[in-house]
Amino acid sequence: MKSSIFLNNVLLMLMWVILTGDSTFANFTFGFLLSFVILRIITVNREDTKYFRLVPRVIAFILFFIYELVLANLQAAYFVIVSHKNLKPGIVGVPLDAKSDIEITFLTNLVSLTPGTLSIDVSNDRKVLYVYSMHIKDRDQFVKNIKNGFEKRILNITR
Amino acid sequence: MIDIIIGFLATIGVMFIFLAAVGFIRMPDTYLRMCVTTKASTLGSGLILLSAAVFFGENGVISRVIAIILFLFLTVPVGAHLIARVSYFIGVQLWKGTIMDELKGKYDKQSHELHSERELKK
Repeated sequence: MKSSIFLNNVLLMLMWVILTGDSTFANFTFGFLLSFVILRIITVNREDTKYFRLVPRVIAFILFFIYELVLANLQAAYFVIVSHKNLKPGIVGVPLDAKSDIEITFLTNLVSLTPGTLSIDVSNDRKVLYVYSMHIKDRDQFVKNIKNGFEKRILNITR
Repeated sequence: MIDIIIGFLATIGVMFIFLAAVGFIRMPDTYLRMCVTTKASTLGSGLILLSAAVFFGENGVISRVIAIILFLFLTVPVGAHLIARVSYFIGVQLWKGTIMDELKGKYDKQSHELHSERELKK
């Protein structure tokens, strides 16, 4: 049911764009949000509501990711400018809750994208993700950050 | 106003790429270099592309910029992951200030398997 609502949403967005006759990127976005709100109002079936929780979560996730990216970049820039002598790099095994291929791929890619951390490999039984980090103040805190930040949000979206 | 935005985005982007280049020279080992360069350059090139999108302001340019940023974010981590994995595999030394290495002894050099526990000691 999730995908059919999404298709409806896209269809309504296309109708909006055709009717307004303005095919700019901003109009596409506005049409999508407008049709999302309309679908949210007219849907009564409780089983379909997962989709409506999903879209805000995806948008929140993208914003959270950009915030993390900028923050980590500034941290990396600080270490480059000042000195690398105080760095405490290391490889940490992070236990994984994510099980399916797509969840693990997302998680490793996002961990690699934020500067300062680099995912090296996933163990063959998919239990542990090995992450290289530029600066580990506290091992448990670092693991908790990844699990509560990225992994929890990804699982919220995919499950 | 729009000139200020373009200048701001492009300057910040170039700064990040410059810092990545400096970090590439100053960092002591392969892994730290990978950490600094690959990521700073994604944000840097992303910001420069965004400033190009604001400058032209056309549909074609904006959609292409979004596609390029998306593909950068998809491909760069895969490359970084592979370089890091290979360099660990062929035994590139970690910097002497490294405080922990939980990957040590968990690779099976013959079968390329990676164990989650210390099963190799049997």
